[in-house]
Amino acid sequence: MSETIKKFMYLNRRAPYGTIYAWESLEVVLIGAAFDQDVSLAFIGDGVYQLLEGQDTSESDMKNFSTTYKALGDYDVTKLYVEKESLEERGLTLDDLMPLTWEDEDDDWAEKDSIRLVSRAELADVLDDQDIVYSF
Amino acid sequence: MSTLHTVNKSPFEKNSLADCLGYAKEGSAVLMYEDGVYGAMKGNAVAEKVAAASGVKFYALGPDLKARGISEEKLAEGIEVVDYAGFVSLAVENDKVSAWV
Repeated sequence: MSETIKKFMYLNRRAPYGTIYAWESLEVVLIGAAFDQDVSLAFIGDGVYQLLEGQDTSESDMKNFSTTYKALGDYDVTKLYVEKESLEERGLTLDDLMPLTWEDEDDDWAEKDSIRLVSRAELADVLDDQDIVYSF
Repeated sequence: MSTLHTVNKSPFEKNSLADCLGYAKEGSAVLMYEDGVYGAMKGNAVAEKVAAASGVKFYALGPDLKARGISEEKLAEGIEVVDYAGFVSLAVENDKVSAWV
């Protein structure tokens, strides 16, 4: 087995419930998290809807998987890029999204924000720096 | 002849809502459900188009709004929330249903 750590990016581009893409992405992220790689997630386009606060599927017979995003920090998935332009086009701000944090064991378990608000140009640089990009 | 138009795709992923609005006549109704409910939010890039549709009544399906975290205060003005029974009533009250899938 190679000890090389690669940079994995999961690019989330779709709304959460109308199709299975968002959920499938989460499943793959959680599986991949077991392999100690450098994992990032990005939310662009309708993908930003995946992080909207207050999702409640009690009346629609679907699984509410939005709480899983809050657990990502426990799997050392701590870099969640959210594209500014996509939020703006949808009339949203960071305040409309779930607060997502992780605890830094190298900093006395300080609670830190997982969400990084970036411009499209900044995210393009982040994507360019990845070894592998999975698009959902 | 009154028509109920239904839209179930995100306005940012498909042009179903824009197409529907281009053909929805005065006196017709538009019901947004599934990912179509994102078209009912205020302040987004399609809100102006929805507001400009004169004489068209807009509805959004409550359980689909709730699943996606879209509370009442996030809705654009003039959107009426209906439940599944309301969906059925709209289909019955109008002469026909046009589904912009």
